[in-house]
Amino acid sequence: MTITPQGTPNRRNTELALLAFAVLLPVLAYANVGLAIDGSLPAGMLGYGLGMGALALVAHLVMRRWAPYADPLLLPLATLLNGLGVVMIWRLDKAGKLLYKNYPAAPNQLMWSGLGIAFFIVVMVFLKDHRVLQRYTYISMAVALVLLAAPAFFPSREADFGAKIWIHLGPLSFQPGEFAKIILTVFFAGYLMVKRDALALASRRFMGLYLPRGRDLGPIIAIWLVSLLILIFENDLGSSFLFFGLFVVMLYVATERTSWIVFGLLMSIGGAVVVGSTASHVKTRIDAWLDPMAAFAPDHPKGASDQIGQALFAMGSGGATGSGLGQGRSYLIGFAAKSDFIIGSFGEELGLTGLMAIFMVYALIVQRGLRTAIAARDPFGKLFAVGLSSALALQVFVVAGGVTGLIPLTGMTMPFMAQGGSSVVANWALIAILLKISDSARRPGVEPAPASET
Amino acid sequence: MNKPIRRVSIFCLVLILALMVRTNWVQGVQADSLASNTHNDRNKYDRYAYPRGNIIVDGERVTSSDFVDGLRYKYKRSWVNGALYAPVTGYSSQSFGSSQLESLEDGFLAGTDDRLFFRNTLDMLTGKEKQGGDVVTTINAKAQKAAFEGLGSKKGAVVALDPATGAILALVSTPSYDPGTFAGGGDADAKAWTDLNADPNKPMLNRALRETYPPGSTFKLVTAAAAFENNVFQNIDDKTETPDPYILPGTSQELKNESANEPCEGATLKVGMDYSCNTVYGKIGADLGRDKMREQAEKFGFNTTVDTPIRAVQSFYPKGSSPDGTALDSIGQHDTRATPLQMAMVASAIANNGSLMQPYLVAQERSANLTTISQHSAKQFGQAISPATAQKLQDMMVSVVQNGTGKNAQIPGLTVGGKTGTAQHGEGNTGLPFAWFVSYAKGADNKSVAVAVVVEDGSNNRDGISGGRLAAPIAKAVMQATLGK
Repeated sequence: MTITPQGTPNRRNTELALLAFAVLLPVLAYANVGLAIDGSLPAGMLGYGLGMGALALVAHLVMRRWAPYADPLLLPLATLLNGLGVVMIWRLDKAGKLLYKNYPAAPNQLMWSGLGIAFFIVVMVFLKDHRVLQRYTYISMAVALVLLAAPAFFPSREADFGAKIWIHLGPLSFQPGEFAKIILTVFFAGYLMVKRDALALASRRFMGLYLPRGRDLGPIIAIWLVSLLILIFENDLGSSFLFFGLFVVMLYVATERTSWIVFGLLMSIGGAVVVGSTASHVKTRIDAWLDPMAAFAPDHPKGASDQIGQALFAMGSGGATGSGLGQGRSYLIGFAAKSDFIIGSFGEELGLTGLMAIFMVYALIVQRGLRTAIAARDPFGKLFAVGLSSALALQVFVVAGGVTGLIPLTGMTMPFMAQGGSSVVANWALIAILLKISDSARRPGVEPAPASET
Repeated sequence: MNKPIRRVSIFCLVLILALMVRTNWVQGVQADSLASNTHNDRNKYDRYAYPRGNIIVDGERVTSSDFVDGLRYKYKRSWVNGALYAPVTGYSSQSFGSSQLESLEDGFLAGTDDRLFFRNTLDMLTGKEKQGGDVVTTINAKAQKAAFEGLGSKKGAVVALDPATGAILALVSTPSYDPGTFAGGGDADAKAWTDLNADPNKPMLNRALRETYPPGSTFKLVTAAAAFENNVFQNIDDKTETPDPYILPGTSQELKNESANEPCEGATLKVGMDYSCNTVYGKIGADLGRDKMREQAEKFGFNTTVDTPIRAVQSFYPKGSSPDGTALDSIGQHDTRATPLQMAMVASAIANNGSLMQPYLVAQERSANLTTISQHSAKQFGQAISPATAQKLQDMMVSVVQNGTGKNAQIPGLTVGGKTGTAQHGEGNTGLPFAWFVSYAKGADNKSVAVAVVVEDGSNNRDGISGGRLAAPIAKAVMQATLGK
């Protein structure tokens, strides 16, 4: 272990050890699936293990060179989730070959994971300092708005099931919301850092709450409207909730005013009520949440989806310890078993025990991210790290909450695990940025000169 | 900004914690009810996920599990000689559920029964494939075959019992069906299922246990038993005061015999049985009254469901008939209805000196490694009649076979007793009659068998001998097959 003169250990060796474990575990899971389904070790096991190991090792070496003081947990945790996700997708492919005529998804997912790690490396190498991003506050806003609005102008496909969150270009499809999550956080962090004093101080006290001035309410109302528009035109409950929630959290951290939370809650309840009672898509989702088994009734309402019911069956059949990888029937959940509902698949095959572990891994990532926010020395970095971490937490909550029937289903992807290229690449970029912030926060010695704009 | 960040951190933990609590609720508290939900297709697939146990007849499997390696269903059920054993095994279909032993013993056959838990756990630890247990039936293959071939293309049913134990030796219903034709989930299976259900001959109806017929003259055995048990008569040669024709009490309607030439007027009980005189037994029943008749019928098992374990529907003797109705009830017409099993029970009780044994079909349940998990022990259903009465009824039944309407059932070297029946049915007797033969046979080594045969649409001419002509040879074949003569 290297000890720097300032006494801050850089923990790169810890990371390497954890990374070895994070690679080994999915490889063993892969072997498990092969043994359970075919009775033999999968042919590609060595290649898969070496490939994943090599990618992880390269990422690790890049960090040793370009972010030596970064948090040692984030890379192994993300690698673990990504690896397990690929194994589950591969496992469902094996079932899908006989059931559905869809292409094998695991090779694609593996390719996207490789691209994700490549993107991770690019960010590591070329993003010298996260504060550079502060320069692009308003450009970010524009880009984010374009990205968010774009799907509404592209024809939706039948396979999208109502939600217009994809952009289809020939054989490629792209989910801009995943990238918008990061870019929007750049904008919020940059904007709030500048406006935090105005928002926090210029307000009147009323019934124990600080009421913001009308003109300061502008941005929050704008974001609220954008969220509603996403909801109405793109039928995307998840993104809408995610962006609005993200903004309220960041606003709260920037201003340290609880009143913003109250306003945020009131506005999201208001929006939810309005849209929930008018948009049929949202209403269907809420009905399915209130009675997930309605789709099985003989007189079930038209268009009722049995997916939540199937996911609950899968998890119930998995019980406390699960059926074992490859030994469940999570493919019964349907085509979404490896995308939106991958948590249900894990719930069946790894059981309650496995899901608890997976949730713990997500909780750890989020907490390491927020730890980075506390350690960050600049307000932009703090806000940025808070935004990225809480966006991840909100997304995990919205997706897993929907699949387990805790809240209405929204149709986002489980970060790192679910099938989907945009999601994997964007989340690897997210982790890279968090690592960069944490590197600069934990780096001993003199800070580099702050970026312009302030 | 650190204070709000710490709060956000707690908020994020609460979000994850909420997920964990919810997951514990789903996978801990609700798990069992979700796993066993009827819409959870896993249960359907699990049933065929590994080799199902087999149903055994005379040491041979009459079922098997074929490895088909489907994604959903790994195995498919098949039957050896399915049509012959369908009334025993029932079906077990991937798409259409299961019935009879396949359904009642499903937990055992599928290996999910708690009693197999230890075995299964051991197999799991030693890496052996999970396997269901076997169900050993009481069926005698030769008797079953004789009954099935005897019925041939006719509609009907045969039940053979071991009077000493209640073991069901034959259980046949025709026309039958091959459960293998719809065991899978394909289009051909669906078509076979639809066709079978639409077939007007109802091949999937288990006539031996689930259909009741008017028992006709075979019910005179019960009436005679009631007469002896109530001490109205002491001896089979006691003369009755029977007019011919007999005017049904309270009406001006005549009850006739099949032929005016029969010596039924003032006949003895034995002669009345030999010639199957309606007047003799109609009058005895009416004189005893409906309650005494019903009590006797119930001692033989009427008005009770019998689980073999395949449930037999209740045979019916009415409660509230008027005296003229009771006269008709007593000769097995009017409202009296019986399953073939019920009439086999009557013969079985008579052959077993009045002691009626509980009929049963499952002798043993055993695990895949042949360890016996459960063994049936013979149970008494009840003492239907006194041994003395039983002896008198045996004498009368033997006489029927030797001198009367049951001559077709004579077997050299065996003591055979029987009673024919030709039950009218249909509105105004428009339907073809049902031909019955209820009998028992005893060998020299004191082994015995009781057989009930019913053939639907027995004969066009209602001359009272169709029971003897059509049903008796089938019973004879079954008795010969069982007692090996």
